Formats: sequence, C-alpha cells, structure tokens
Amino acid sequence: MSEDSSPQDAPLLEIRGVGKSFPGVRALKEVNLVLHKGQVLSLIGENGAGKSTLMKILAGVQPPDEGSILLDGAKVEIESSRVALDLGISLIHQELNLATNLSVGANVFLGREPLRGGFIDESTIRTESAKFLKMVGLDVAPDVLVGDLTIGRQQMVEIAKALSVNSRVLIMDEPTSSLSQAETENLFTVIKDLRRRGVSIIYISHRLGEVKELSDHVTVLRDGENAGELQREEVDHEAMVRLMVGRDLSDYYERKDRSKGSLALEVQNLRTPAHPDHELSFSVASGEIVGVAGLVGAGRTEMLETLFGVTPALGGTVRISDCEISVDSPLSAISAGIALAPEDRKKQGLVIDMTVRENLSLSALRRDQRRAGFLDFSKEDEISREMIEAMRVKTPNEDQVIRYLSGGNQQKVVLGKWLAMKPKILLLDEPTRGIDVGAKSEIYCLMEKLAEEGVAILFVSSEMEEVLGMADRALVMHEGRITGELARDELAEEAIMRLATGSQLGDQAA
Amino acid sequence: MKKILGILLLLVFVFIATSIVSEVFLDPYNLENLLRRTALFGIISIGVAFVIITGGIDLSIGSVVCLVGCGLPWMLTEQGVSVPVALAAILGFSLAVGFVHGILITKVKLQPFVVTLCGLLLYRGITRGFTGDQSQGFGTEYKGLRELATGEINVFGFDLPMPCIFLLVVAALAGVFLNKTIYGRYLLALGNNEEAARFSGINVDRMVILAYVICALCSGLGGLLFVLDVNSAQPVDFGNFYELYAIAAAVLGGCSLRGGAGTIIGVVIGAALMQVLRNMIVLVDWIPTHIEYAIIGAVILAGVVADELLKNAVARRQASKS
Repeated sequence: MSEDSSPQDAPLLEIRGVGKSFPGVRALKEVNLVLHKGQVLSLIGENGAGKSTLMKILAGVQPPDEGSILLDGAKVEIESSRVALDLGISLIHQELNLATNLSVGANVFLGREPLRGGFIDESTIRTESAKFLKMVGLDVAPDVLVGDLTIGRQQMVEIAKALSVNSRVLIMDEPTSSLSQAETENLFTVIKDLRRRGVSIIYISHRLGEVKELSDHVTVLRDGENAGELQREEVDHEAMVRLMVGRDLSDYYERKDRSKGSLALEVQNLRTPAHPDHELSFSVASGEIVGVAGLVGAGRTEMLETLFGVTPALGGTVRISDCEISVDSPLSAISAGIALAPEDRKKQGLVIDMTVRENLSLSALRRDQRRAGFLDFSKEDEISREMIEAMRVKTPNEDQVIRYLSGGNQQKVVLGKWLAMKPKILLLDEPTRGIDVGAKSEIYCLMEKLAEEGVAILFVSSEMEEVLGMADRALVMHEGRITGELARDELAEEAIMRLATGSQLGDQAA
Repeated sequence: MKKILGILLLLVFVFIATSIVSEVFLDPYNLENLLRRTALFGIISIGVAFVIITGGIDLSIGSVVCLVGCGLPWMLTEQGVSVPVALAAILGFSLAVGFVHGILITKVKLQPFVVTLCGLLLYRGITRGFTGDQSQGFGTEYKGLRELATGEINVFGFDLPMPCIFLLVVAALAGVFLNKTIYGRYLLALGNNEEAARFSGINVDRMVILAYVICALCSGLGGLLFVLDVNSAQPVDFGNFYELYAIAAAVLGGCSLRGGAGTIIGVVIGAALMQVLRNMIVLVDWIPTHIEYAIIGAVILAGVVADELLKNAVARRQASKS
C-alpha cells in the first residue's frame, strides 16, 4: 500500500496553516498535516502540544481561527460534528461513547435508526450492523448488550459504527490505553485491514512502540507547531523522542548504583480479596526500587490496594522494619509510613475541583492539624510551596484548580502529596501512565532520588521499558500470583513475558 | 465572595423592589417577622447544606421538625415531662435520627434519597400516631421557654428576635467548622471525590455520618424554635415542605447537589431570599397568594440556570488558558 500513499497522489485530507488561540495561549500555530488515502498517520507530541485541539477542529468540535482544511482538494468548513460525520470524518474518543445499556446493533445505528411505519426497524438494524461487525472482525450477535462486552470489543463496536457512516478518515485518540495485549493486537489487525480497504487513519498515542509498528507516516507536534515529519522508514524511538521534546534524552533512565539498605517491607502469605486463593510473599529493602510487571488483570493493582488498606487483606502478615503491622484502612497504612499513588489519577489520586494547595495538603492535614482539628494554614502553605518547587509543578499559582493542569503536572501533585508525608514505603501504580516524555523523565529522576534517600519503592507498570529501565529487581505476576522474581541482571523482555503469560506453569505441567 | 455575589444582588434587588411596591414591607413589625422566619429557616438550611456538600440529600427535615414541634408540647402538657428532660429527649432523638441515616447510607450503602424519603414518611406518621392526630400546643403556659423563640435581645440599639441569635451562633459554628477545621476540608474533599478522599486516608464513612447528624441536629433545633414561635402545631402539616425550602436555600446559596461545594453565608442569604419572596407574595396585592409555589419555583430555577451558565463560561475560559 505504500504505492497507494506515495506523495505523488493528491492527498485525501490536508490541513493548511491552521491556528487556534484561546485567551492567554496560542494552542496551534500554522499547523500543517497531509493525509493520504489508505494511510495510517500517527500524530504524536507531549501533552499540551496541541494534538487534541487539532483533532477537535477536524471533528468539528471547535472552529479554527485561521488556516484551511481541504478534503479531496476542496476547501471545507467543518462547523459541527454533524458536518464532520457527513464529510466522513469520525473521532473515536479515548473514553468510548457507547450506550452500554443498549445492544450492539442499536449502538451502531444510534441517532440514525432506520424506521418502518414510524417504528424502529429492528431487522434492518440486525442485518446491516452484522455487516459492519464482520468488517471489524467482531464475532458477536447484534442483539448482545454492549455493556456485556470487554473494552476491546466495545472499541470494535465504535469502529463499526464509524464505518457504518462511511467514514473515510478515522481519528483514534489513545485507543490502546485500556486494552489488553491480545485486544491491542486485534485492534492492529483491524487497523491494517481498514488501511487495505482505503480508510485513512489518524492515530494518536503515547506508546511509541505502537506508533512504530503501525505508521506509514508520523507527524510530530511541539508547543502547538509542527516539529517534524517522519516517513515510515525513518520511524524509530530515538527520532520520535528527539522531535517531541526537542532534545536528546540520553539520560532518560538515569540509574545510579545504590547500596541496598535494611529490609523495609516484608510481606508473607498475603491474601487479597481479589485473588483469595493465592498467597503473596516478597520483600523490599529501603533504597530499593522493585518493579511489578504483568498483564492487565494480573492482580497487581489489587495487591497494592491491599497493602495500602483500601481492600484489607484476608490473611498474611505485613512487616515494616521488622515490626508487624495490621493494615485495615488507608489511614493505618499511612501511619505505618506507607503511601500509594494510585493508578487512576483523576478518580483516586486527586480531588479534581480543589486547588493545587488543597490537594497537596490533603493527606497531611491530620498530622499537621492544630488543637481540636483546626487547620494549620501556614503549615499547609509551606507544604504546598515546598512540593510545587520540589516537584517542579507548572502551575500559575497554588490556588489553581487542579482540573486545569496537564496530566504530567497532575501526577506530580499526586506524588508531592505523598512525599509531604515522608513515607518509608512508596507504592506507585502506573506512575507515568498518560503523561508526556518530559514529565516521565522527571518522575524517573525523582524515584531515583527517593531511593537514594532510603525510601523503599514498589512500582507497578505495564510499560516493559519502564520496568527494564527503572527496576533493581522485578516481581512478575500472573492471574493473582507472583510467578517469578528477576534480579537486575536477569531482567529481559522475554523473561518477563514468559512469567507474565504464565507459560512457565505450562512447561512444568508438560 | 465571588460565589455569593450573584445571590446577594438578587436578594437586594427583590428587597428593594418589594419595598417600593408594598407600603407595609418596611414596617418594623413586618421586618422583625421576616428576620425571625429567615433565622428559623436559615438554621435548617445550614443543616441540609452539610449533607448536600457530601453529595447527599435529606428529605426528612420537615418530618423531624414536625415530630419535635409536636413532641415538645405533647411531652410537656400531656405527659407532664419536665422541661430539661423534654429538651434532652429532643436532643437524643435528633442525634439518633442523624446517626441512623448516616449508618444506613454508609454501612448498608443505601441511597440518601431513599433513606431520608422513608424518614419523611416515618417521622410524620409516628407523630400523627402518638398525638392521635390532635393539634399540640402550650396554651398560655411555658411563657419563659417560649421566650427562646418569641423574645428579643437588644443588640446595639436594635431589638433582635431571639431566633436570629440562634442563627448567628449556628452559622458561626458551621462556618468555622467548614472552613477552619480539617473536618470541613474533608467534607468538601469527599463531596467532590469520595474515592480520592478514601485514598488520602480520610475516614469517609465517619465524616458522612457526621454530616447527617449535623443536619438532624439543626432540624431538631429548628423544630423546637418553630413550635415555640407559633405556640401550636398540627401533626398533619407542621413542617410540611420545609426540607424543600431548606434544600432550595442551600442550592440558591451555592451548594451543588453533586457535592463538594457550598458556603454557609451563601446558604443564609439563600434562606433570606426565600423568605423575602414569600413575604412579597403575601404583601403585594396584585400577586395572588396561591401562586406562591410557582413564583418561588421560577425564581429558584432562574437563579440556578444563571449560576450554571456563569460557571460554564468561567470554566471555558479557565480551560482554554491552560
């Protein structure tokens, strides 16, 4: 298909000199983008680089201030999402927009239900939607409720829905962020198939491995401007990162040799409510960074939540510095010196409508209170200033509502909130999910620094690179149990994958 | 301050408009009465504000007012209970109501709407039961006790009705609690995001129970003062709809039913606005009294619509900045 998408062809979609300003900030400046028929174009850039704004303009959510959009060489005005759909441009959001209480067929035809005699024509819905489901390789009946499908399959319904309106341009915003490995692979098969059928795809992702696998072309944005273009053969990790951040990141994972301290956390026969049949035993020394690898659903998050007292343990012992503790609530975990930066920043980590200051101090309020529960405002102020500086949180001031910060800065606030508690044991669940390369590297540096100061760090990550780069030692989990432990010099992608998929269990049986 | 400016302006506007249209509005007697009603409704509105801040609701307020309002004269005049014992019983009942609501909502995980709707039916039914559906009153006795609601206190040359003193004390305590203590901060945080509050080491259940207890205590105090003020109470309609007046005042005053937002001063202004409106409807000749609900409904709707539009505009500006 590289012949199809050769530059000689007239482009299907062209964005020329598009600019967009919001009060106080220039979100996009003279941005160009060229998409050919049957091409997969990846749009990458750090958070806040302007990707979302550009895609909102394409999908008719916002009008551009300047510049033009050409479809088949003719200028078009995309005034609303309706117009975008009519032009054949569909946007598939990160959070899927499906009515989970309705059937698959009803969702595909939502808002465009075929009628017969004034009533919904169910049989047409069934036969027609089956056709589109087949195109995306989804083997479910149109009568099945969307809510009964896995996230990966729901996404296929979204794609089928987009195909049913004859979409020629499919925009996918972080489509794999909540998919399992197998679902991701299936999505890629569908994307490649759509490309063969002549559908053009704009693919937005932070996962550079995926970008490399899929893209015919990569367009990089930085600070609202075009930072560079990569042809298929030029796409590699280094090149993408360089264009995204505008500098080399040779010190991306900066690891120093640290000496392990004494045993900080010792877990024996821990049973979590999620996997009551399996017992977990491991330990972390102070100054040690231990990674927890595994597939989605392996029970890693559940393990951290049990250690932190969110879902109290059914059995087993937890010892901190050789002292047995009972963790039945987050409060008891905190007083034992444990902190958890949870997986879902917006739902679990932050009170999104409160200010940076209020979020930073939330856990420390109890410790810093004055007599009879009165707030210690000066202490609160001190903590928030100290943490904003230490974490390098980019915020206009400490009274900024946290909702309006970028993902990376929000994550720094989550970490700052826990560092203010001076924990002995820091549990991190997907510490860099959905944040940009620059902020990632800052968080890695911070983990190093904390380990050097003697904090024991246990982090869960689904990014292989992160585990390989950061961990002194890794635990690998599979279906609720720890299937292996790898020392620094044993850490390798294949070894982790073998343990994470549980294939060594099969070996033993055989 | 910015948050309550809109409602304050609305109050001033309705106040001035009414004083122009009606001659008796500015009459000292009318103003004193208006202040008294505002204070009484202000107290129960502050109570429900705490519950609303946690993202909950309390529909049982009117029935608690009814039970306390009928129960007090019933205990004193019919059962011969002494005043301190009767007051202690009211306090105990209010505490128990709030505690049970809180337990059912946090531990049994029932929805606040359902729990307090059942409370609404239950407490009124119980009251009509033990009073035999008969009107309860003090007659000409207990003048001293009734001074708590009917009396006046001279403050800087003004004769302030006693309920205003109660309101000032309750509002001051509530304001300090909400804004100056860690528990107030916890309530705001959990109202906005209960899960994040839990992950931050906050005992969410305990705080939610506390909010329902505060609400029931305010309702109990309100019921006590209401009946002392008017002298007698009918079990069938005493306190009817009061929960809705209280919720409306809280919402007008900036509490979001989604939880996590609200100020005490705003709620008091909201309660005042409600009472000025009701007073206006009574006093202005060409407004038929029986359309009271329609007017109040329309004003509340207009108020919250304007507030929402304003908030969206601010949010859009903020969002585009970052």
